[in-house]
Amino acid sequence: MTEFLGNIGYNNWVLDALLVIPLVGALAVLSVPAGEAKKVALGVTLVEFLVSVPLWWTFQIGTAAMQFQHAYPWIPGWGIYYRVGIDGISLLMVLLTTLTMPLAVLGSWNYIKDKLCPYYALLLVLTTGMLGVFVALDLFMFYVLWEVMLIPMYFLIGVWGGPRRLYAAIKFFIYTFVGSLLMLVAILAIYYMVGDATGVYSFAYDHLLENIGAVGSWGFWLFGAFALAFAIKVPMFPFHTWLPDAHVEAPTAASVILAGILLKMGTYGFLRFALPFFPSEAMHPTVVTIVVGLAVIGIVYGALVAMVQPDFKKLVAYSSVSHLGFVMLGIWALTQASVAGAIIIMVSHGISTGALFFLAGMLSERRHTREIAAFGGLAKVVPGLAVVLTVVALSSIGLPGTNGFVGEFLVLIGSWGPYPWATAVAATGVIFAAAYLLWALQRIIYNKLDKPENEHLPDLSKREILVLAPLLACILWIGLYPKPLLDRIEASTEHLITTVQEQRASVAPTPGSEEQVP
Amino acid sequence: MPTSVGWVWLVVVLPFLGFLANGLISLVKPQAKSAVSFIGVGVLVAAFAVAVAVVAGLSQDQQGAPYVLTYWSWMTVGGLEIAAALQVDQLSAVMLIVVTGVSALIHVFSVGYMRDDPGYPRYFAFLNLFVFFMVLLVLGASFPVMFVGWEGVGLCSYLLIGFWYLDKVNADAGKKAFLMNRIGDFGFLIAMFLIFQATGSLAFTEVFEAAPEAFTINGEIITLITWALLRGGAGKSAQIPLYTWLPDAMAGPTPVSALIHAATMVTAGVYLVARSNILFAMAPVSSVVVATVGAVTALFAATIALKQWDIKKVLAYSTVSQLGYMFLGVGVGAYAGGIFHLVTHAFFKALLFLGSGSVIFALHRAYHATHSHDDAQDMRNMGGMRKFMPWTFAVMWVATFAIAGIPGLSGFFSKDGILAVAFARGHDHPVFYLLWLMGVIAALLTAFYMTRLMLYTFHGPSRTGEGEQRHLAEAPWVMTGPLVVLALGSIFAGVLNLPHVLPNPGWLEHWLEPVTELSHRYWNEVHLAASTEWLLMAVATAIAVAGMAGAVIMLKPEKLKAAKEAPAETGIQKVLLKKWYVDEIYDALIVRPTVWMSRNVLWKFFDAGVIDGAMVNGSAWTARAVGFVGSAVQTGRLAWYLLVFVIGTLVLLRAVM
Repeated sequence: MTEFLGNIGYNNWVLDALLVIPLVGALAVLSVPAGEAKKVALGVTLVEFLVSVPLWWTFQIGTAAMQFQHAYPWIPGWGIYYRVGIDGISLLMVLLTTLTMPLAVLGSWNYIKDKLCPYYALLLVLTTGMLGVFVALDLFMFYVLWEVMLIPMYFLIGVWGGPRRLYAAIKFFIYTFVGSLLMLVAILAIYYMVGDATGVYSFAYDHLLENIGAVGSWGFWLFGAFALAFAIKVPMFPFHTWLPDAHVEAPTAASVILAGILLKMGTYGFLRFALPFFPSEAMHPTVVTIVVGLAVIGIVYGALVAMVQPDFKKLVAYSSVSHLGFVMLGIWALTQASVAGAIIIMVSHGISTGALFFLAGMLSERRHTREIAAFGGLAKVVPGLAVVLTVVALSSIGLPGTNGFVGEFLVLIGSWGPYPWATAVAATGVIFAAAYLLWALQRIIYNKLDKPENEHLPDLSKREILVLAPLLACILWIGLYPKPLLDRIEASTEHLITTVQEQRASVAPTPGSEEQVP
Repeated sequence: MPTSVGWVWLVVVLPFLGFLANGLISLVKPQAKSAVSFIGVGVLVAAFAVAVAVVAGLSQDQQGAPYVLTYWSWMTVGGLEIAAALQVDQLSAVMLIVVTGVSALIHVFSVGYMRDDPGYPRYFAFLNLFVFFMVLLVLGASFPVMFVGWEGVGLCSYLLIGFWYLDKVNADAGKKAFLMNRIGDFGFLIAMFLIFQATGSLAFTEVFEAAPEAFTINGEIITLITWALLRGGAGKSAQIPLYTWLPDAMAGPTPVSALIHAATMVTAGVYLVARSNILFAMAPVSSVVVATVGAVTALFAATIALKQWDIKKVLAYSTVSQLGYMFLGVGVGAYAGGIFHLVTHAFFKALLFLGSGSVIFALHRAYHATHSHDDAQDMRNMGGMRKFMPWTFAVMWVATFAIAGIPGLSGFFSKDGILAVAFARGHDHPVFYLLWLMGVIAALLTAFYMTRLMLYTFHGPSRTGEGEQRHLAEAPWVMTGPLVVLALGSIFAGVLNLPHVLPNPGWLEHWLEPVTELSHRYWNEVHLAASTEWLLMAVATAIAVAGMAGAVIMLKPEKLKAAKEAPAETGIQKVLLKKWYVDEIYDALIVRPTVWMSRNVLWKFFDAGVIDGAMVNGSAWTARAVGFVGSAVQTGRLAWYLLVFVIGTLVLLRAVM
């Protein structure tokens, strides 16, 4: 197998192919009759997934170096290159994306009824945008794709969304856009400062990272700009209010992608850019207090607010705020276990919350409402759906043996050393998570079957089982045997931690030397 | 390693296969009941057989234990290494036999009890799954693996309490059980973090080996760890203040109450303390707290059991109370004593629950036949059942004698063992005399409420309606058979650990020695003169007899009225019937304020009002207002834009340079 892949030069073209296939697919989708659009889109996303799968094996474990790297000039005069490559962290994000997309297409199968061609074309463009963000090693390219991704999502929500879709879409767009504009300014500033200092004007990730010292005292502002852009995307409390609106109005597939992949770009940004570029700023005691504080508040606050939501999609949306709080805590605790745990949560939140949104979509397709109160006793009518909903909810609660537990446990045990108090508060999240999900579960599948509309709902169709089965498999696989994932991210997390700690030591005065200042 | 010890993975896997098969049947072909019974019971019998072989292997070679069998690396990051590993040693062996043995009996019983239930396959799937997690709990070789079982049994408890989920009360009870367990599990998690920080490992063998160096006796860290573990144990084993879920858990099918909420799962907290005996031994303050929680719970729950009318509620509070004894035992350093009571309790309490299940089953069928809607669990609707159910009647008296502590039966020895050590510890500190006294009073109440249950259920005139009486009958053999086996256990299990003044004493204590010896050097040796020991046994006997005689003299089953005609309770009787209003207090102080605050303050006021309203949309409005003013600047003339752009860029560059 590896020999075959070597013969066809897989490693040299795979990343390019992943970026190009969806774009070509989008053109194809636009040129076929509406009835064929979904089939073509499914085919394209499946090919995309199949092309990405061998990455899992050809990726070299044990090195933090960027792999499959290469570059083509784009606007060489300004030092702008098409430059791609992945490490263990991006690998998982890429595979999460390519896995999610065919499911998203399948999940839209009957749900989307009009303007089919543009819908599926946008999904495919979005795929390229998202993958581009995860593989870009040129900051300009990163920024462009970061923005490119916004546009399809804006239309997906604004055109195919619920009744308040325009409000939600515009809010989503402006909110993220404001953040990313600041990031653009920061990227340009770094570009010029590093360029001035070294004489080489380039947006290359490695170049900028190596010479980041050139920004000097501007570090704080630049970090702030990056941090704000990413914090909005995560979203961290209190920048989260665009999320519930966007989720509630978005069509199912967009919700799944939003929660499953887009939110991870915020935390990915912190891991890839904000932390390595500005270690001393990020680990400044004040910043630490703020970030860890907001992360922990997000965990508890998100869970409590989720608990009282009457709308199931909103409940899941707020639960994301809670889960992503764990990720932020894990990243900032900066230990092997906590960062690895954070990355595992990024993956498993994508899987579990993705599945929850699929299920929410399936429920509302059947009943045309998302109100939890409209259901009740469904376990009797749709036992299959009830079983899946239970398993997914349990994974989101973090039951040991499911993916949810592995990530949360690693984050908490890794964060305990540096921040015991914050970790203790964060750990109460396990109680609240059980509270909001079990309560919702009870009101949906248990209790009296007292609404006549619910009495004859169809159980999961074959297509729906096909959508959910891979996610269920991942829930158990990551829960029971996360080692292959941990192996693949180990070198990268180790590298990140040492980079941050070394640079912090070299750039900033250590606490010990500070004391000597009179 | 003895060959048969290597088979231990089968004990874990068999029930899981049963779960998969029955789960599939329940979704695909729910009417295939005989296949379900065959698989459901079959895997348990097989698991029990393997368990016996494993323990037999272990008993032949006591040198090498504990045997740790590692299957794969579960979580390995940085310095953290957690393997998917099982541990076979003397303690897990005892638990393994009890769990698989009692489970097998209760599975058999369930074949009869649940035969007419439409959810039959689902029931067996869940019950098999429960055994899988419970076995994992007792065999896990590290805190995290144990935690998988720990939370898993909580899940099954949730699923089975809410088995008849269409009734909101049942679904509520399941949710409450899960949540209260999670509150306890929070403690378990914190304990793991602390242990890992202090010892760099979470595997039992490594942690316990490192403990003497890693911790200082009575130090802050070890006290914190044991407090956190106690919190976890108190949740699972329904101790104060986390006990209120257990009585509600009776909403599940009665065999479930027998298996999960009496014999096995709820004893996990006791097992946890016994397993971590060295940690608790190094934290004497925590041990006293464990003992105190146990003694207070034993007494408090016994008072509530005095006045319940629901036969299962009496047994539920009785279970809480008996678990209190076990906590008292492991809290005073009698680790073997606590486990011993766990074993005997598994027999007689499972028997009591299943017996009550038989009664309920009979009553239920009778009510069903006459289309009556009376409460089949209310003892006021029973009375005189001995005529209809002689076998059930006989074996339940056996269990009652056992739990009340009549000499010769298992409960007498196990309870006496705990109280004797508590009394002996009074020598070290007088507080133990108080704990002993509480235990003795609770024993008096136990004898009383159990006799009350028997009198009201089986004696006196029948208060079941005339029409219904014709339909009352003894349960089928598939149900009474397991009762008889459990009755034998309730009688003879006492020989496992006889007091020191009798021949062949302390077999279990000796068997568990390899596990508990770690903690010996931190406890003073227990010294009881033979005369004191005899005296304590005499006191225990007198107490048991007094309690039972008191009930016989004071209670008049012939004057009792059926539930429908009974007058309302008043005064202290009502307070006891209402369980000291603890549920109402929790609800008013914790549950409702949290929900109210989340809904009205956090969500509606803060999230929707302040953050989203004032800050986010507020700035959007401000931007729009500014834009309205600013639109005057947008003249539409290109030259003007260009000018502004150039000036702007210059200013920016100036600022950056």
